[in-house]
Amino acid sequence: MQARALAPEEHFVEAEPYYEATGDEIAIFEAAYRNKLPVLLKGPTGCGKTRFMEYMAWRIRRPLITVSCHDDLTASDLVGRFLVKGGETVWVDGPLARSVRAGAICYLDEIVEARKDTMVVIHPLADDRRVLPMEKLGTLLEANQDFCLAISYNPGYQSVLKDLKQSTRQRFVALEFDYPAADLERKIVAKESGVGDALAEKLVKFAHMTRNLKGSGLEEGASTRLLVHAAKLIASGVEPVSACRSAIAQAITDDGEMLAAMRELSSSLF
Amino acid sequence: MADNGFQLSAEHIEQALEQWLEVEFTFLHVAELAASIAVLPRPDQDFLLGWVQRIATTNIQIANQFAHHAITGLAQLDHHVIGAWALHAMDTYDRAGLRPAIKAIKDLDNFVQLAHERVAGVLFEEVGGILLTFICGLSGRRLKLKEGETVHTDSETLFLPAVVARMQRADDNFALAKAMAAFLWAQTRFGTFRADLPAALAAYPEPERALRHFHALETLRLDACIGRELPGLFREMTRLRAELGEIQSLPKAWQRYSQELAVADATVFDSLRLLEDAYRGEAPSPVCYQGELRPDAVALVMSARKEREKILLRVKLAQLAQELRKQKPESPAGPPRFETRRAPEDQAGLERLELTLDDMPIAPPEEVRQLLTSIQLDLGEIPPEYLTPADPGEYDPGLYEAKHADPDDVWQGTYHEEGATFYPEWDFGRQHYRKNWCVMREKDVPPVYDEFVSDTLRKHSGLVKHLRRTFEALRDENRLLKREPSGDEVDIDALVEALADARDGSEMSDRLFMRTQRSERNIAVMFMVDMSGSTKGWINDAERESLILLCEALETLGDRYAIYGFSGITRKRCELYRIKRIDEAYDDEVKARISGIRPQEYTRMGFAVRHLTHLLNEVEARTKLLITLSDGKPDDYHDGYRGKYGIEDTRKALQEAQRGGIHPFCVTIDQEARDYLPHLYGAVNYTVVDEVRKLPLKITEIYRRLTLN
Ligand SMILES: Nc1ncnc2c1ncn2[C@@H]1O[C@H](COP(=O)(O)OP(=O)(O)O)[C@@H](O)[C@H]1O
Ligand SMILES: [Mg+2]
Repeated sequence: MQARALAPEEHFVEAEPYYEATGDEIAIFEAAYRNKLPVLLKGPTGCGKTRFMEYMAWRIRRPLITVSCHDDLTASDLVGRFLVKGGETVWVDGPLARSVRAGAICYLDEIVEARKDTMVVIHPLADDRRVLPMEKLGTLLEANQDFCLAISYNPGYQSVLKDLKQSTRQRFVALEFDYPAADLERKIVAKESGVGDALAEKLVKFAHMTRNLKGSGLEEGASTRLLVHAAKLIASGVEPVSACRSAIAQAITDDGEMLAAMRELSSSLF
Repeated sequence: MADNGFQLSAEHIEQALEQWLEVEFTFLHVAELAASIAVLPRPDQDFLLGWVQRIATTNIQIANQFAHHAITGLAQLDHHVIGAWALHAMDTYDRAGLRPAIKAIKDLDNFVQLAHERVAGVLFEEVGGILLTFICGLSGRRLKLKEGETVHTDSETLFLPAVVARMQRADDNFALAKAMAAFLWAQTRFGTFRADLPAALAAYPEPERALRHFHALETLRLDACIGRELPGLFREMTRLRAELGEIQSLPKAWQRYSQELAVADATVFDSLRLLEDAYRGEAPSPVCYQGELRPDAVALVMSARKEREKILLRVKLAQLAQELRKQKPESPAGPPRFETRRAPEDQAGLERLELTLDDMPIAPPEEVRQLLTSIQLDLGEIPPEYLTPADPGEYDPGLYEAKHADPDDVWQGTYHEEGATFYPEWDFGRQHYRKNWCVMREKDVPPVYDEFVSDTLRKHSGLVKHLRRTFEALRDENRLLKREPSGDEVDIDALVEALADARDGSEMSDRLFMRTQRSERNIAVMFMVDMSGSTKGWINDAERESLILLCEALETLGDRYAIYGFSGITRKRCELYRIKRIDEAYDDEVKARISGIRPQEYTRMGFAVRHLTHLLNEVEARTKLLITLSDGKPDDYHDGYRGKYGIEDTRKALQEAQRGGIHPFCVTIDQEARDYLPHLYGAVNYTVVDEVRKLPLKITEIYRRLTLN
């Protein structure tokens, strides 16, 4: 395929992404969107939040701009800054400002990872003012009527530092995500990787074993994403036990004893 | 004993034994013993004598008995297994005293089912951790794993022997230990104890025989369950049996039982039904992983559990209903109505129950989910009366909160009696830990509301001001980075230069911005304060003043910190005094507690380091510090903690902390500290403050330096 350079706000999701609904999240998101309410996706990593956003972007036919938040992300990274081009300073919009102008969906992934001052800029966007303060320009940018703000947050990391403030969370319609129920997860794994149902079922069993270990040495169990990874390796000819080790166990822990126990668990299944 | 290769002479050995076994006082006869050790090959001699010396630091009688028995053991067992046996005897001594320990020594034959050749056994101590995690990953009730005399379960704890050594190779022995654990798990998971076994078996003329036959039938059924659920494991179990020659064709009748019990919905009641017929014939011989069935032990634990879990579930549901209804004001009136519905089979094959409140499905918290699973495993369902939320005050909280006191649990360290936790202690003579040796309790320092804090602040007012200023400068320091490719502000100097360059025709730099970089301090610090009796007087005053100043400084900084005092007398009373928890605010009560710090007893240190390490490990921070404020070396009354023992234990505890990513540091006013502190903390991680008066100033300065990055 030819690589194409697209401005982010031209990035429409053209083909329907594969997404299995796990509840009434689609209907709720659509209702929130119609009412111009921002949305908060809660849930552990790798359980389908990003995929859901791609699917919704396709459904409501708006471009999707995703920002993965990290601890160096500042408000300017979202809103924009001056750059010097050809001897003159020019203003360049950040991804949030672009979305606000173009009426795109802006998805701030793992919002609690960002610096605290970034929250301040999303607050006025997340209530009925729907404006983005552009401090550097001294202006307020009013949101396009199609603009949509979505953020994600993993409540599993129980840390005082990384908790979402009440003043932030109370502005959002919250959608709760979790790993799909076993049958559905098996279907997703099979479909995403091309392995057969029987194998997908065993991988899901293995995932449940690791999820049983959450709190007893593991911070998180295996996510759906990791299962898909393992399944893809297996589909390319890797032994199931090795695939579980490389794609799943190593991804969730470095602890030698835990890795050994997970090896025993996976080899009991296959 | 350095001259490798040559046998030690009987004379040499006798001398060593005389010294270690203190024959001058004990009148033990060692000549004969020495003679029999003298004929052993040198590596065996060194090994055996090394252990005798180590054990003798714990108890001479045990060392002597060990020496006698180990000589025979050496012919059949590898060093690894004998070492484990010696440690097992010493643990028994710590736990139960001399007589049981001597019995453990004499029980070498029972300790390991003797093989004919030297075998490479696996030790519970080494594989227990992995196996527990393995079991925890399997579905069903949360189980515990302990060392026991025989392989069996009481339906909550799986017991495995101290050594598994039936196979030749170590990895096969590990596989066998795993198979044993999994087979016991299967009994709890696939309902072996759902029937009233004691009653059912008592109905036979020979209950023992009935038990044996029932066990064989259940083994057939559980094998099939494991085969379906964990096919990879079952393949391995079959291989082990094949290697031990345990696979024989079953008698005709048993082939039929086997078929009946292999169907997916066969239950324990099918085994009991078939027992009537099977009882008459001969049972097939037991398989290597099946262990024992102890229906009486199960019945005891199970009836207590059923009672407890019913109460617990009803109490938890009442709390849950209250919480959920608070969130949803439009909930129906009347008492909350919980029900369970069968959801489609989940992956583990356990029928998953969906919990509903007033017909709305709810996601129960983990604790409730585990209760539901456990009850379902015992009863096959959740009876409706279990789902009626308890009325307020219906049960005395003591009924469900205080766990049943199982002395074994106490020693396993899993059971917390009146807030006690158990910590191991390093015995350098034994070169091994004493398990669950220290009984640790957290206490609050009684607050004293007096003038101490304000007096201190007045007394050091100049220093306080100085501290605020210095520490403020440390706080989330913002650094302005210039000439950056991007940033929040234009760097005018750079821009002017660049424009000049451009006019000259040379290339224009794009590094024209200024960016503020904020270094977020992410530090958690634990202060461990010596509250031993020797701090009485001005040292105690200096400690308290230092803490006040430290708190002032740390409040300016915003670092998270906790303060605990330590002291104790003997291993049974190791005490940690809470002064400030990590998440507690520096409020009037904390100040009053600092004021209330009073010297207590001795300076046992290892347990304090271990417990505070444990607390720090639960905190999320980039940098973690454990700072000890002390007036002297570890010391305790009467039980040998004085001197080298205490120092080595503390050193070990500090190493454990370091392995977990914690940086220990010590500030002391002991002038002799230079003799032992480098050994404890390493050459750079301590400071001796020579004047007590200077402690407040010094410690804040040290803290500043330590956390500067
Ligand atoms: N409901 C779902 N439908 C389809 N695929 C899913 C679903 N949930 C998870 N996945 C799979 O899991 C992968 C990881 O999900 P992702 O959306 O990236 O997780 P998150 O954003 O929650 O971290 C996806 O790429 C997809 O393969
Ligand atoms: Mg994602």
